[in-house]
Amino acid sequence: MTLTRREALGLTAGAAAFLTLAPRIAFAAAEETEAAIKAFTGGATPASGKVSLDTPEIAENGNTVPVGVSVESPMTADNYVESVMILADGNPAPGVATFHFTAMSGIAEAKTRIRLAKTQNVIAIAKMSDGSTFMDKKEVKVTIGGCGG
Amino acid sequence: MFSRREFLMAATATSALLGSGMAGSWSKLMAQQGLSEDALLSMEPTGNVTLVHITDIHAQLKPLYFREPSINLGIGDVKGKPPHVTGADFLKLYNIAPGSPDAYALTSEDFVSLAKSYGKMGGMDRVATIIKRIRSERGDNMLLLDGGDTWQGSYTSNKTLGEDMITVMNALEPDAMTGHWEFTYGTDRVKEAIEALPFPFLGSNIYDNEWDEPAFEAWKMFERGGTKIAVIGQAFPYTPIANPRWMIPGWSFGIREEDIAKHVGEARDEGAELVVLLSHNGFDVDRKLASRVDGIDVILTGHTHDALPEPVIVNNTLVIASGSNGKFVSRLDLDVKDGKVAGYKYRLIPVFSDVITPDAEIAALIDEVRAPFADELARKIGTTEDLLYRRGNFNGTFDDLICQALLEERDAQIALSPGFRWGTSVLPGQDITVEDLHNACAMTYPAAYRSSMSGQTIKDILEDVGDNLFNKDPYYQQGGDMVRVGGMGYTIDPNKEIGERISNMTLLATGEAIDPAKDYVVAGWASVNEGTEGPAIWDVVENHLSKNPVVKLPDNQSVKLAG
Repeated sequence: MTLTRREALGLTAGAAAFLTLAPRIAFAAAEETEAAIKAFTGGATPASGKVSLDTPEIAENGNTVPVGVSVESPMTADNYVESVMILADGNPAPGVATFHFTAMSGIAEAKTRIRLAKTQNVIAIAKMSDGSTFMDKKEVKVTIGGCGG
Repeated sequence: MFSRREFLMAATATSALLGSGMAGSWSKLMAQQGLSEDALLSMEPTGNVTLVHITDIHAQLKPLYFREPSINLGIGDVKGKPPHVTGADFLKLYNIAPGSPDAYALTSEDFVSLAKSYGKMGGMDRVATIIKRIRSERGDNMLLLDGGDTWQGSYTSNKTLGEDMITVMNALEPDAMTGHWEFTYGTDRVKEAIEALPFPFLGSNIYDNEWDEPAFEAWKMFERGGTKIAVIGQAFPYTPIANPRWMIPGWSFGIREEDIAKHVGEARDEGAELVVLLSHNGFDVDRKLASRVDGIDVILTGHTHDALPEPVIVNNTLVIASGSNGKFVSRLDLDVKDGKVAGYKYRLIPVFSDVITPDAEIAALIDEVRAPFADELARKIGTTEDLLYRRGNFNGTFDDLICQALLEERDAQIALSPGFRWGTSVLPGQDITVEDLHNACAMTYPAAYRSSMSGQTIKDILEDVGDNLFNKDPYYQQGGDMVRVGGMGYTIDPNKEIGERISNMTLLATGEAIDPAKDYVVAGWASVNEGTEGPAIWDVVENHLSKNPVVKLPDNQSVKLAG
């Protein structure tokens, strides 16, 4: 397999450059989620579109749920994705991760695995280089154990 | 010998042009005629491609009784739409005469008396006769596609780890399959079996857990009668949730509709004129998927065991539901012109075992694979005075029997039995054999556990399973029926949200309400958790039958429907 420089950079951006938000005492996950979004967007309400989350409808294992995020962007010096914040609004601490990108990242895509305590929304907010913000939200169901068949 | 029964039939056949929604004309084409092999199988060939679909056989090699559900509720947008139509409503919708062979094959109406008139259905030797005849008529223009849940569901499949079914199916020469219960034989056995198959096992939605990369061949291009046909395989999306994940730790599933859309695009780019999704999603999931993913001509759906005599058309996609247990074989003739379906003719062929002559070669093969177990299969372990069956949203009498056995043999207050949709029926007055019992519980994780659970935990389980069945969004449905409960009654309102559907939980022995804070002794089986301990469920039921050899089951009134 050969990777172009662009692809290789994209991969490293996703793999290396993320920062876990400091855990906080959970008082109300919904309020905390709201506050985290406001802090990230500078008070603006994020628009829909551009950012898309890739999550399973039902988690196979709530302890390690694969979550992917991608943002449509030309990723040029004057128009790129600066960062993407991931939140889980039903966890004791909603903050999951913030991925940082530059135009050199080539593409704004990242994947990680997160723990979900129960059925809840996973939220991704992308901040563009011009300061505009976009949001996607997906519900991920965490089941006790199935009886399908 | 097959003409001894004289009865009328309504031919399960219809045809229509695409674009007319749920294509009517069922009644017009219904011809009352003598039920004969020729009447069941003859069809004027149409177009240049024939798809033959069979699914959810659940390892049933021999003819059987299988009662279709009397309750199969649809929630939200699909309320009252097929397949959520049962009994007399189903007969009315499709203009089927009560008491006719089709009424017997497709509904639970008057099941016991019609079963006595029309006899058993299915049998892979009869299925072979149908397939061979279509193949002789259509030659190179035919694809035979197996929707999965083929290798599990019987004593012999469990003993041979699916090899009995693989042997028989290989002789029928399918072109591709996908799967679900196949995976309950574990990673090593599945890999070994698939590598030995002379046809591809397709699974667009199966990923390697470690690297998050596709783990199976997703789709294959076939050329039949000069037409390029792409078949995309879709395994049951919730296999690692509904069945033990620890048995297949390296594989992840999911619906992954974007992958299907990608494969449709690839297939069209490579010149596919017909795109088929061979799916084990379940009917409602496939109906939603068809509305969201463009460019699929045909979805051959499976998993939810629905048998519909006409295609349901969604977004120019023909959704075909071919039933279960070898009761039906679907034949779909397609006229493919310039990369489009210009017309079709569909027939859901009911496999009346007393009418369709068994194929001698396959009959001999079935006898051969069953021979080592013949005595045990036929061993009588009881008799039943009432009909034993499983299908239906809330309870079935075979599950009532299993729950009784769990309560008594495991000395429990409450019994839980999973709402599987497989499991054959036993008529009143018949013997219950080892084969019958295993048809209701043959699996690779049969341990009957006994544990202590709080009232709250029991409610959480019922709510969780209820949401798997009744979530308004089909993508969150897992396709089984409600967990069966012994020793406890409850009320369910399917239209509510998770956490609010279940109420009035009552311990039947005392009539007292279930206390969320109190612990109860619960017995159950088929836990998806690794290391579950207890005797195999078939031993529990057989022990119970040895003490209570005549089964009498009062009408089960313990689940009340609200809303």
